[in-house]
Amino acid sequence: MNWLTKVVRPKIRALVGKKDVPDDLWYKCAKCAQMLFHKELEENLHVCHHCGHHLRLSAVRRLDMLFDDGAYNRIELPEVAVDPLKFKDRKRYTDRLRDAQANAVKQNGGADAVIVAHGTIGGQKSVIAAFDFGFLGGSMGQAVGEALIAAAQLAIVQRAPLIVIPSTGGARMQEGILSLMQLPRTVLAVEEVREAGLPYIVVLTDPTTGGVTASFAMLGDIHIAEKGATIGFAGKRVIKDTIRTELPEGFQRAEYMLEHGMVDIVVHRKDLRGTLGRIIDLLVRRTPSAEIVPLDAVANLGAENFKGKTPTVGSALTPVSQDLAADD
Amino acid sequence: MMRSFLNFEKPIAELEGKIDELRRLADTGEMNIAEEISKLQTKVDKQLRATYGKLSAWQKVQVARHPGRPHFSDYIAALTTDFTPLAGDRLFAEDNALQGGIARFRGFSAVIIGNEKGYDTESRVKHNFGMARPEGYRKAQRLMQTAERFGLPVITLIDTSGAYPGVGAEERGQAEAIAKSIQTCLDIKTPLISVVIGEGGSGGAIALAAGNSVAMLEHSVYSVISPEGCASILWRDGAHASEAAESLKLTAQDLKRMEVIDAIIDEPLGGAHRNVDDMTARVGDYIEAQIREFLPLEPGVLRAKRREKFLEMGRTGLH
Ligand SMILES: [Zn+2]
Repeated sequence: MNWLTKVVRPKIRALVGKKDVPDDLWYKCAKCAQMLFHKELEENLHVCHHCGHHLRLSAVRRLDMLFDDGAYNRIELPEVAVDPLKFKDRKRYTDRLRDAQANAVKQNGGADAVIVAHGTIGGQKSVIAAFDFGFLGGSMGQAVGEALIAAAQLAIVQRAPLIVIPSTGGARMQEGILSLMQLPRTVLAVEEVREAGLPYIVVLTDPTTGGVTASFAMLGDIHIAEKGATIGFAGKRVIKDTIRTELPEGFQRAEYMLEHGMVDIVVHRKDLRGTLGRIIDLLVRRTPSAEIVPLDAVANLGAENFKGKTPTVGSALTPVSQDLAADD
Repeated sequence: MMRSFLNFEKPIAELEGKIDELRRLADTGEMNIAEEISKLQTKVDKQLRATYGKLSAWQKVQVARHPGRPHFSDYIAALTTDFTPLAGDRLFAEDNALQGGIARFRGFSAVIIGNEKGYDTESRVKHNFGMARPEGYRKAQRLMQTAERFGLPVITLIDTSGAYPGVGAEERGQAEAIAKSIQTCLDIKTPLISVVIGEGGSGGAIALAAGNSVAMLEHSVYSVISPEGCASILWRDGAHASEAAESLKLTAQDLKRMEVIDAIIDEPLGGAHRNVDDMTARVGDYIEAQIREFLPLEPGVLRAKRREKFLEMGRTGLH
């Protein structure tokens, strides 16, 4: 494909330094209303240690948490037309966007709702595109579409798995039809990755709703969901208004989606890195490592050694026990 | 026939009311009113031209939803022979909100898929007001794949307020069904020609509309969210739908300017609902021209062109 030849130039950037936050800063858990200190939350990957509620994570925090040693390189993302519709509701979209960008630059140096980075996970090179819900609700407009296309290109160029981590309310209304057009565009992006024979993994985090679910987010080779995450196409209020009855218990939660066959695995955040690493390793390193198969051993394998066994190479070899995916 | 008038068509309704009245008098043989009628008719035409020449975005939304606007079934009746409806997704159910089948269109065998909203209370309920469930989008995928297998062009006619928001629809993977349908549109190696004939409502519309060429009727609309939905979120009040419609830039003219669609098909004077035969014929001409352009292309090229088009969308011409 010719769009792949426009190689993305990865640009190494200094990691964003951890901000100094006073230890006595606290939050209230949205689920159990318990008091949570910032320091405890940080240590607990922003999961409430009282009730297990998974709080939303910023994109940078995600990357820090998932890449080996928290080390990765972010890539520069394509610039897009600003406010193509000159959209105005009670406020101008240009102003909303400017505020969000000013905030994002302070927080993580990003220019829109997705950050793309590459590094290793469990020793395997990987590309992650992570959404920032804090940026206009993680909504998908042209910039997000371009970011996902760039992430896909990067994965293909690097022959690395692509991991996309949505945290989004859906399409960005203020970009109108152009935001809807990010559905086919992102579908194309991830399809190119899959056609290149590379794993495409979606990590569904709270929330993954609206137009985003109806595109790249439901097309992964593997769907991993974080505990309790809201995942669904139509909004709960819209459904309730339409059917005029109460919604079932746990409707559109990760566990509910697992039960209905929409996701492969539901994980606790502390197991996410390990699970991802294990899956990537299984999908990427497909045959026994060369060093554990001494050449003379292969040469000495006589036909009688296979009597009553299936004569595949694998059956005669010790399984690899590198355990790259061990939880840390 | 009872005609429905939209709010902004009041002066037109009054003039046409006068014409009807005169006709009734003429029937009784009391007077010769031919000249008077022709004068009034000229006025009506002038009024229609003025009104429809400068419809606001919100007025276009109303025209696009006009109950008399030609539907999927009207296009099938006018443009095809041997239409053979094909039902079911082979997984769970048949979905009447999304119709499809094979037919002969101006000599070509083609697969035709589209939303059907229904035309009276009973049929609207039957067709779920044109709001498809996952089964509908899975049937669409199946039919597109059938078309590909036999090298048939696919014609999609879009007219939906959106995918159905229901518990069962969510449980059976509404999002996945739409995503896969978009993927299938982008994948197939036969021509895909899409026309938005009424409302192009969000994901439920793009599910069928990632085509080699995408056209909209002059007064149809195509949007990421309904103006009412947008207003209730951004203005916190659905009553601001008219402002939302304006802001969303959802008219055919807006989309053509943004190069999101390839063509606009003109409507007869006063909108598609005023002359169904004329409208369906115009749509037929457009589709035929597109099939003649795309069908001879090598399948790989056809697919690559479609993908390239969507990939480039929004990258130029917006600054
Ligand atoms: Zn809690």
